[in-house]
Amino acid sequence: MRYEPANTIIFDNVSKFYGEILGVNRVTLEIRAGITSLVGPNGAGKTTLMNLMCGLLRPTRGTVSVLGIPTDQPQLLFRKLGYCSQFDSFPRGLTGREFIVAFLKISGFTAKQAGELAAKSLARVDLLPAADRKIGAYSKGMRQRVRLAQAIAHDPAVLILDEPLNGLDPMVRAETIALFKQLAVDGLHLIISSHILHEVDMMSDRVVLLNNGYVVAEGGIQGVREEMDVEHPVQVLIRCDRPSILASQIFQSADVIEARVHDDRKGLFVKLRNPDQFYLSLNTVVSEGEIEVESIAPVDDDLSAVYEYLIGAQ
Amino acid sequence: MSSTAETIQPHAPTLPEPNLSLWLRQIRAIVAFDLKKNFFGKRSLLVYLLAVMPIALLTLVVLLSPKVPAVNTLPTIYSVFFNSVILRTIVFFGCAWIFMNLFRGEIVDRSLHYYFLSSVRRELLVTGKYLSGLLTSVILFTIVTVVCMMLIFVPHSFSSSLRFFFEGAGLSQLFWYVTITILACIGYGAFFLVVGLFVRNPIIPALVLYGWEWINFLLPPLLKKISVIHYLNSLVPVPISEGPFAVVAEPTPAWISIPGLLIVTALVLFLAGTRIRRMEVRYGTD
Repeated sequence: MRYEPANTIIFDNVSKFYGEILGVNRVTLEIRAGITSLVGPNGAGKTTLMNLMCGLLRPTRGTVSVLGIPTDQPQLLFRKLGYCSQFDSFPRGLTGREFIVAFLKISGFTAKQAGELAAKSLARVDLLPAADRKIGAYSKGMRQRVRLAQAIAHDPAVLILDEPLNGLDPMVRAETIALFKQLAVDGLHLIISSHILHEVDMMSDRVVLLNNGYVVAEGGIQGVREEMDVEHPVQVLIRCDRPSILASQIFQSADVIEARVHDDRKGLFVKLRNPDQFYLSLNTVVSEGEIEVESIAPVDDDLSAVYEYLIGAQ
Repeated sequence: MSSTAETIQPHAPTLPEPNLSLWLRQIRAIVAFDLKKNFFGKRSLLVYLLAVMPIALLTLVVLLSPKVPAVNTLPTIYSVFFNSVILRTIVFFGCAWIFMNLFRGEIVDRSLHYYFLSSVRRELLVTGKYLSGLLTSVILFTIVTVVCMMLIFVPHSFSSSLRFFFEGAGLSQLFWYVTITILACIGYGAFFLVVGLFVRNPIIPALVLYGWEWINFLLPPLLKKISVIHYLNSLVPVPISEGPFAVVAEPTPAWISIPGLLIVTALVLFLAGTRIRRMEVRYGTD
């Protein structure tokens, strides 16, 4: 399905080279509203993609547009876009509030509007009590939050966040993830890069997996996982009282590729060709009453597994 | 994908549509923000030191020199001092420091991206930053020009100095020295702003220009015109000898040199505005 350019972020065959070094190559993407995570190892091209979206970098080839706006028009682009970069640096000598107010005024807001918007965004990231302290005296987590407050202060429709959870303590991490989810529910586009896969897994609607400047996979995590079924069959863990007997029985099914007893001998790992068909045949085995099955859970349908299969193995 | 993903909620725009009044507001905000940095930032210390230098030097001369020069020689003494110390050294290097740091300083501090991430045309950013540098340099170096002239004249003979300023050519000369100082800030400022924007090591072009300006008196008339100092010297109210090796050239009249300098400055700033639209922020390579 093709989405309206006015509602999507579009990369059309985009390449970026730094001299002879590849940043990203032949990226074609459509990013819709909701939370999209960019995932990949260092140097995969995540920050390059984000900087291309913001116009901080210009594509060597191809075009990028954000909600229909070309990225070389900052006067229009940053009415709709906020970017929380990874650069942990600030103009010298400012308090958190002065920092946000200054750049809101540069964007064209009046002093009164800027003051109100700054206070609102500082409150959203829970930094209001420290708003009038110099940024130089902030902790790493506070600096991260003031950057986030600056990015959301003008109420953008697209929010790009480069490693936004870095330096945050667990409590603030949870609050920040909740804030992202709320913003996504409000209809924002959130593009987030992160190394912490379980957090990405928890909050993302879609993922874009990058490696060496190429998009390796993109889409919903389940969708990406399903596309990998042939090369990497789904693996489930069946918790039961007699795993060896279960193994001998399920091996009769053509859907089972491999079965391995768990180290604690209270479960069985099974690699499957056709999970739905397998669950039906498993019902038959269980109904005979010889084996008591406690639980069945997939063990490699999350982002970590996808990442491991697609990138970790390379 | 969340269930509301296809529905973009309206985000009430609080910024007006781009128009002249918005642009002026944005320029004002940039100027105000940068003025604060120019005057009170860490980097301003060097400019203050430069500005104080000629004043301190003349104060020392006044305090320590036992010989009082004849009053009619003072305009020439000041003209030489203005030309060699204030214009060619203090204003030149002061402008170099102030204007080069407008963008280069942000790159070094890794804070340029905040400007680039604001909803402001990059050309306005150049304009705003240039105006902030211009205000800073004009305020500082006009004060230096005026105070130095007072230090040359007033301590030697207060009554004749008063006559010189209020009945003679004093005020007119002061006006022209201040005008030259302002024009120097305008011309050098534009050059150094562009250098700071696009050259990784701006010291080298600054030194090249410094050398070019100093050997200007040796250049043939046509080459003299490719400099800032030639046009500024044409405006000096008390012409000074440039030495036996100087190549004499007809001074450019004020009605040509002033608009000429302003037009060249506007062209340089236009070029900067065009180039900055394509500028990337890559601190790692800067």
